[in-house]
Amino acid sequence: MGWSSRSTTAPPANPNTLMDDCEEILRDLYPYLDGELSESARAEIQGHLDDCLDCLHVYDFQAELRLVIAKKCKEQTVPPGLLARVRECLGLEPTTTETTGETPVAQ
Amino acid sequence: MADQAQFAEQALEYMPALYSAALRMTHNAADAEDLVQETYLRAYRGFGSFTEGTNLRAWLYRILTNTYINSYRSRQRRPDERQLDDVEDLYLYRRIGAVEEAMAARSAEDELMDLFTDDQVKAALDSLPDQFRMAVYLADVEGFSYKEIADILDIPIGTVMSRLHRGRKAMQKELYKYAIEHGLVEPVDDGTAREPQHTHG
Repeated sequence: MGWSSRSTTAPPANPNTLMDDCEEILRDLYPYLDGELSESARAEIQGHLDDCLDCLHVYDFQAELRLVIAKKCKEQTVPPGLLARVRECLGLEPTTTETTGETPVAQ
Repeated sequence: MADQAQFAEQALEYMPALYSAALRMTHNAADAEDLVQETYLRAYRGFGSFTEGTNLRAWLYRILTNTYINSYRSRQRRPDERQLDDVEDLYLYRRIGAVEEAMAARSAEDELMDLFTDDQVKAALDSLPDQFRMAVYLADVEGFSYKEIADILDIPIGTVMSRLHRGRKAMQKELYKYAIEHGLVEPVDDGTAREPQHTHG
């Protein structure tokens, strides 16, 4: 199991020194997180992450960073009146919530 | 598509998402509102060219980014063609990964989530040149696929991947700068950062 079956590289003396395998895995980490890899490539990365704590830490970090960006860069509210303004501009009937200036976005 | 008004009602459901993206493009609430309004006007006029059953959300984003580039940017006389310095892979992890692990081990919370404020993360994204910022936003915030981003920005998939690669690293560098400036983490001497590679490209 693990790296030995896929790599001829000796185990690193220093745990902070990444194996060749790890370099390959880490190169594909974002496409993996982005859901852009084939089934077999995904399975290979999952298998490696099961065996390699160093890469798992990197994965956890990158995955969380991606979540942080997604959550913190998204505006949760639309300015009051924008929806009404656009509806009017498109010649659509105003809706009851818009006339009060409320946005349909949850709190 | 049955009728234009019905189409508009569907399209208007995406307004919060489009406004959020517009704000990251223009950096300014008034301009973002104008951009969203212009986007809906163009979508409304062009609804005949939208094929029902295809991706309405991606279609609206395409109009939004085109409107941004063609009208908003051109009013500023020239496009944002700033390039990015090359940044090493895993930039932030190599500098604060160990800190984050230790903090997470102590509290079992998502420490990275609490380390940066919303404004700091937005500012880091806002610091990227247009072409990189849009790619990162569409992927990381909106979760579009590479293919969808390629269609929205009208660029090849390989270009999407390279913009994401460079844009994300530059954003990490910016986040690290905030972390140091605000005393969130101790500066790491570049010589001691976990840096086993970076001999290529």
